[in-house]
Amino acid sequence: MDNQFLLSLIVGISVGGAAGYLGSLMLGRRMALVAGPLGHLTLPGIALALMYDFDVSLGAFPFVILGIVLIWLFEMRTKLPMEALTALVFASGVAIAFLLLPVKQAEAALVGDITKVRLGEAVISVCVALLLFFVVKKIYSKIVLINISEELAKSEKVDIRKYNLIYLGSIAIIVALGVKMVGGLLTAALVAIPASSARNLSRNLAQYSSGAMIIGIISSSMGILLYKITGFPAGPLIILASTSIFLISMIFKR
Amino acid sequence: MGNELILKVRNLNVRLDHQSIIENLSFEVKRGDALTILGPNGAGKSVLLKTLLGLIPYRGEIEWARGLKIGYVPQRLPFIKDIPLSIKDFFNLKGSHEKETEAILNSVGFKQDFSRKKIGDLSSGQFQRVLIAWGLVGNPQVLLFDEPMTGVDISAEETIYNLLAKLKWERDLTILLVTHDLSVVYKFSTNVICLNRQPICYGPPQEVLTPESLQRLYGGEVKYYQHKH
Repeated sequence: MDNQFLLSLIVGISVGGAAGYLGSLMLGRRMALVAGPLGHLTLPGIALALMYDFDVSLGAFPFVILGIVLIWLFEMRTKLPMEALTALVFASGVAIAFLLLPVKQAEAALVGDITKVRLGEAVISVCVALLLFFVVKKIYSKIVLINISEELAKSEKVDIRKYNLIYLGSIAIIVALGVKMVGGLLTAALVAIPASSARNLSRNLAQYSSGAMIIGIISSSMGILLYKITGFPAGPLIILASTSIFLISMIFKR
Repeated sequence: MGNELILKVRNLNVRLDHQSIIENLSFEVKRGDALTILGPNGAGKSVLLKTLLGLIPYRGEIEWARGLKIGYVPQRLPFIKDIPLSIKDFFNLKGSHEKETEAILNSVGFKQDFSRKKIGDLSSGQFQRVLIAWGLVGNPQVLLFDEPMTGVDISAEETIYNLLAKLKWERDLTILLVTHDLSVVYKFSTNVICLNRQPICYGPPQEVLTPESLQRLYGGEVKYYQHKH
């Protein structure tokens, strides 16, 4: 097994697992698709990273934060439905990206390229993904309660603002990590599909959250292995592997 | 506050989105009381409960007795079925341990191992009983219920009234209950507040629920107003 492949696999496993785990919280709040527009919004950042040769996650992160702040501000000011605002924000992200993005690098930006990850990037990605997992684990039950009912959570003296801020920050980080793996177009799938499959298969919260994480890990590993065999881009293969698991999960729906 | 008094509300005013929702409401609750808050839809009943819980800003005075534990049972939890949650998981969210969960579920009439059931698989009546049980975690002295019969079929309604009465007696609970159902008021409460943004009546139901006060509360003619046994 060559080193580059091993490196990709390790990053894939850690980011895929963390994304699946966090996705199980996002699905409960009907927020899974939020990662989509945020992913699209990272495209200008990825374009800059590719043009000036630095880590795409670093390029993506400020743009995700900008996206979250913009959607939050627009919602406060206009009270327009969230989907209208996210459409506005993500379309702008894509438009700006295509003005900046060199055509030959478009594919890497849109569907990711984990197979060329460098050692330094890999170490940082794995550490951040692990840290994210522990943060999400810490806030998990509080966010579930907030997802069920903010009033109920408030009546239990849960500091909603604090937990929402940590939660949104975690989403921003996972999107920034995810674009490296599956690109700006497919990030939503990285969080939404493993959680959806796990929901089909589980009867309690422990099965659901750990199931989403395990399915995230398996999908990423399968996608990267399939890249090795077929030579097709790893990003779309990871998502298709995840979709296949979802289709199988429908047969065993509980 | 006197020994028996556990809640004192004076000149309570609540405004939401530049609209007045509750105006000049004053009342008191004594230990062991069952106070129902009666009124039509949009009268401010649920807002009152949330204000008492400190979830909504207000003007006026709300004074709870010191060291009181309060349990809250909301009207609906529409998103709870979006995630695969067992009853045990739901109780864990409130910090209830397995033994406490089993004991409370048992006290509302569920058998051993019921806690493993998925919330999504419960009937509306079972779910309502689970919510009541959830309110009992931590052994509160006061329980606030927001329309506990919403979405429950008539046969299950009777079970829930009986359950509330039983729990009140067994646990020496003080209960504040929002409803728009007159029969609940007569069967269950020691006092009633008729609320339609402004207070319309307050006192023991047999004394204050007159055809006139009900007409002011609901508007138009109210035919059914007293439930005599």
